[in-house]
Amino acid sequence: MTDLATDREIDRSQMQVSDKVAIQITDMNKWYGAFHVLRDINLTVYEGERIVICGPSGSGKSTLIRCINRLEEHQKGQIIVDGTELSSDLKNIDKIRSEVGMCFQHFNLFPHLTILENCTLAPIWVRKTPKKEAEEIAMHFLEKVKIPDQANKYPGQLSGGQQQRVAIARSLCMKPRIMLFDEPTSALDPEMIKEVLDTMIELAEEGMTMLCVTHEMGFARQVANRVIFMDAGQIVEQNEPEPFFNNPQSDRTKLFLSQILGH
Amino acid sequence: MSEMDMSYVRTEMLPEQEPPRSQTGAAKWLRENLFSGWINTILTILSLAFIALVLHEFLPWIFDSTWNANSLSECREIAPGACWAVIKERWPQLLYGFYPEELRWRVNLSFVLMLVAIAPVLFTGVPRKLLWFTAAFPVLGYWLLWGGSLWGPLMALAGFGVGAGVYAAIRPVNNLAALIAGPLAVVIWWLAAAGPVAGLLAGGVPLMLEPVPSSKFGGFSLSIIIGVTGIAFSLPLGILLALGRQSNLFIVKAICVGFIEFIRGVPLITLLFVASVLLNYFLPPGTSFDIILRVVIMVTLFASAYMAEVVRGGLAALPRGQYEAADALGLDYWKAQRLIIMPQALKISIPNIVSTFIGLFKDTTLVSIIGLLDPLGLSTAIRADTNWNGIVWELYGFIALMFFIFCYSMSRYSQYLERKLQTGHR
Ligand SMILES: Nc1ncnc2c1ncn2[C@@H]1O[C@H](COP(=O)(O)OP(=O)(O)OP(=O)(O)O)[C@@H](O)[C@H]1O
Ligand SMILES: [Mg+2]
Repeated sequence: MTDLATDREIDRSQMQVSDKVAIQITDMNKWYGAFHVLRDINLTVYEGERIVICGPSGSGKSTLIRCINRLEEHQKGQIIVDGTELSSDLKNIDKIRSEVGMCFQHFNLFPHLTILENCTLAPIWVRKTPKKEAEEIAMHFLEKVKIPDQANKYPGQLSGGQQQRVAIARSLCMKPRIMLFDEPTSALDPEMIKEVLDTMIELAEEGMTMLCVTHEMGFARQVANRVIFMDAGQIVEQNEPEPFFNNPQSDRTKLFLSQILGH
Repeated sequence: MSEMDMSYVRTEMLPEQEPPRSQTGAAKWLRENLFSGWINTILTILSLAFIALVLHEFLPWIFDSTWNANSLSECREIAPGACWAVIKERWPQLLYGFYPEELRWRVNLSFVLMLVAIAPVLFTGVPRKLLWFTAAFPVLGYWLLWGGSLWGPLMALAGFGVGAGVYAAIRPVNNLAALIAGPLAVVIWWLAAAGPVAGLLAGGVPLMLEPVPSSKFGGFSLSIIIGVTGIAFSLPLGILLALGRQSNLFIVKAICVGFIEFIRGVPLITLLFVASVLLNYFLPPGTSFDIILRVVIMVTLFASAYMAEVVRGGLAALPRGQYEAADALGLDYWKAQRLIIMPQALKISIPNIVSTFIGLFKDTTLVSIIGLLDPLGLSTAIRADTNWNGIVWELYGFIALMFFIFCYSMSRYSQYLERKLQTGHR
């Protein structure tokens, strides 16, 4: 996708990066068996940042963001999320998971629950929110992603774009401080990509801290304040979008950009 | 092609039309399903002829029959067809075995209460509060059927509370230790504490019903007792075994795999013989461990091993993303299992679960081999009676019909459930 994600003007009034650290990753390494997927990752994410991570297939992008909420375990180094260090301590993991929302490539909605139930499940069972209140919160976020009228349908009855927006609403119902996105649009037809990106842009406009693996370079240019390029399990280059796209430094980045932007 | 004009624009949209008459209705159905092509037509005609022949032989036997006679020979004099008199004379026995006649209301009552207890599990329309009654029913049902003091079964039930308490107390310290100590506490409670405590309480408030020994039980009530208890306990046990088999904890996993593979590798009848004969050698002398209870335990264990594999199949069919989404939302293991994983895994497994249930229910007839008087055991006794010597079809036909009713209802229920849980294509 070379064209811009959206035609509308972005409201930057609330998109401020604070100097408070949201995520601190130091010398982090991960192996799958003997395979060294992530090598010496160092990354500091400040509150309010919108970071886009890109890179060739198999470079470890998904693995990196999945380490942040402990869907994958790292073997060396340190990850601190919102002041809590990720260790094998189950309490810390639960605490971090309820503060970090995640959206997946294949949505992963719960097919046996209605849209509304998908959204209220975690608030009710994890946050112990009363059902009535949880439903109000859910409807609020479903309205935000513009599908309140589908609340009583099942995920199987919705289009891909609608399902991904429900997945975003489901995460938001937990009132997360950080949102992770793993290629949220790559399983969607082109005409549905825009509706999901619009939702994500709105989220960015409200000042949400976001880490987003995506190949939507238009989105990166418009919304991100930092773009990270990964290859072979390492962070190869990171920069603000303008210099990143217009003046990449590393040869690997240049090659990747020329392939993905198609020139 | 080159000469054809490729450009085309429709100027007028077509209205909706009815399908042609010959493509709808009964005529179409008959043509498509029975008489499409000459081979199918011949097969249809042959099948109809065969059905007619069978009915021609069979219907007179059923209807040209008698209900009133005292022996088979009397029957044969009255009517050439079936001799239903044997059912008329022996049905109380086929239903209740040798349960004392004046106490049979207890069997009936517990059967009715059982239906009430099952209702909230089967149908979501039933008030949820009834589930408390469902939880209490095993104690109540046992007490009604066997009599004695209510405290015995009550204390046995309390064992689960003790186990849960121990598990909850140790879990914050060590997960694995809690997983082992919990079940252990239950067993210790049952073996050492439940009896004396119940005796003590019964000394205070007896809550007695006239006891009925297990040797008096028989007939369909026995099949239902064994079958329903086996069904009710094998599913939860099977789920736990399936989860244990996937556990990261090596010991838990090893125990579950060992159990499942051992039980599946042994015929049920061997387990029943173990229950009826061998267990007495292992138990401390003086303990009397009820034979029906032993059989129920064996049948439950047997079915739960199969159930575990059925559930594992359902678990394997779930995409990884479901676990990940549950994790990412911060649900802990048991909540994720209960709210996300099991509802879907069990739904996928419904046909196989019900097959296992049906198999279990029919397998209850095997208890006749170790001398319990289930309907088949009774039929042997009835045929040995000089009055009814030589009767076969009527007796076995009746028993088969009863089993068919039970099994077919289970099958229908599973279809209903599958339809109800349908939530759109995935
Ligand atoms: N569970 C796993 N076990 C072993 N290897 C894995 C596992 N998951 C991923 N890998 C490997 O780790 C590497 C990085 O995978 P990852 O999914 O993070 O890549 P990615 O950058 O997200 O790629 P893509 O753009 O295709 O999603 C790949 O080579 C992949 O084959
Ligand atoms: Mg990926």
